[in-house]
Amino acid sequence: MAEQERPQRKSDRAEETQATEDVESTTTEAAEELTDRIDDLLDEIDTVLEENAEEFVKNYVQKGGQ
Amino acid sequence: MALPKVIGTETEFGITVLHKADFNPVHASSALINAYTRGAKIQWSFDEESPGRDIRGFGVEDGPGIDMEAGLVNSVLTNGARLYVDHAHPEYSTPECADPLAAALYDKAGEVIMAKAVSAAGALLSEGERLVVHKNNSDGKGNSYGAHENYLIARDLPFGDVVSHLTPFLVSRQIFTGSGKVGSENGRPEVDFQISQRADFFEEQVGLETTLKRPIINTRDEPHADPSRYRRLHVIIGDATMNEVQTYLKVGTAALVLNAIEDGALPEPIDLADPVEAVWGVSHDPKLERDFGTASGSMTALDIQWQYFEWLTKYARSVELDAVYEDVLSQWELILTDLERDPATTADRIDWTAKQRILEAYRERDGLAWDHPKLRLLDLQYHDVDPERGLYGRLAARQRVSRLFTDDDIERAVIEPPRDTRAYFRGQCMARYPGAVVAANWDSLVFDIGEETLKRVPMMEPLRGTEDHVGELLDASEDAAALLSALGGDDG
Repeated sequence: MAEQERPQRKSDRAEETQATEDVESTTTEAAEELTDRIDDLLDEIDTVLEENAEEFVKNYVQKGGQ
Repeated sequence: MALPKVIGTETEFGITVLHKADFNPVHASSALINAYTRGAKIQWSFDEESPGRDIRGFGVEDGPGIDMEAGLVNSVLTNGARLYVDHAHPEYSTPECADPLAAALYDKAGEVIMAKAVSAAGALLSEGERLVVHKNNSDGKGNSYGAHENYLIARDLPFGDVVSHLTPFLVSRQIFTGSGKVGSENGRPEVDFQISQRADFFEEQVGLETTLKRPIINTRDEPHADPSRYRRLHVIIGDATMNEVQTYLKVGTAALVLNAIEDGALPEPIDLADPVEAVWGVSHDPKLERDFGTASGSMTALDIQWQYFEWLTKYARSVELDAVYEDVLSQWELILTDLERDPATTADRIDWTAKQRILEAYRERDGLAWDHPKLRLLDLQYHDVDPERGLYGRLAARQRVSRLFTDDDIERAVIEPPRDTRAYFRGQCMARYPGAVVAANWDSLVFDIGEETLKRVPMMEPLRGTEDHVGELLDASEDAAALLSALGGDDG
């Protein structure tokens, strides 16, 4: 194999990749906020979740496709 | 110089009708699609192409020998997409898209079309019944259905190069393309939660099959374009993805890798010791720790992806890359960095980490074991296309996912075709002359303008038939007869 070295870790890589300058940082903030609001979210999901989990899962059979 | 990568996706959706004892998936899929299209059917013709006519552009042919295929529900939409019934599933194929951003947009538009269809079909159901459509790939009981990607590649590219370079890429990309699944199937080792819906079903490295013994690299060779110049790479090893960023990265990174292969810019491929085992091996490892044997030592899936990222970054400096691909590289780096730091930090951009987070939170709050039916239900309902019920939809409503498109962008893509591929011509003809188009295929349209023979317009070049190419012609043609007359005159 021509390229035997393990890939560089990201600290090395950040210097040589100009493209990262454009990356928005909002995405990780969104992920962190998800943690804070997860309980809220579960309460909301509870209101839309199909009623009988066992029956729904049991009856959910699909034909195989591609 | 690599070919511009024309991209499209096809998705088979899961379908069920609640509280209906004699539920039949073919009938339900047909009713679903007819409800959306109000019964407007188009034949999908599969007869031989005759490419000689349109090397320079568009022509018109008389249509003896046009083989009208009767049967299943099929429809061509004004956005240039195909909506139909296949293998007892409703299926949506995006129009041809000229870049990964458009492909992600039209993929999302398909989801919205299905949601609209569910809504329209509601009126046809008996009281108490409810039709549910999932953008997923497995019923959790050993039955899988596909989400395929298509990339236009050069005919003269040796297929062996595609196989050797793309295999390790596709195997390892699951860490950011998976949409997550509770449990395992198809005789694979037991696992609580895995990264991919589809991984358990791949059993060969290379092959023609798509419904059994599924291969990592599919060799189907239907270019739906000039076969002397093009091949359509049919990638069947991918999950249907709800997250817009994820879909964009899935097709964008694959297109970049294919460009680099075409340009001969990749060094010796990473030689995985057992690629098929690595497919489910990667998927069964949500902590992203497992090492896989390669000819140059062991590597994790992240290592392999970082290696491709390095190669593609170097490649990008050597060619003039479209801005959209520069952005793909940036987002790819960010997502690999975050996956390496903590996969949970990608929950705004990746379905499997978003789903895992919800499942873990439920487990903690309700003290649920992994085999509890509620977790399987949450897994399924993540993919419900109804934005009110689907968990992805709930996350999006709470702005807990990163978006690339506004709702208005998506609504426009539901109706209007891309302007920069032949889908423009197809979609515009459907919108302007709906009664006159009697059959369609990716590479032709067949018109009935009341003459003795049907008229066929071949479209063998995916990047012709754009707004620039035919916009004025369409504007000047008040009906299909005028269009065909103008095209015929233009053909000389």
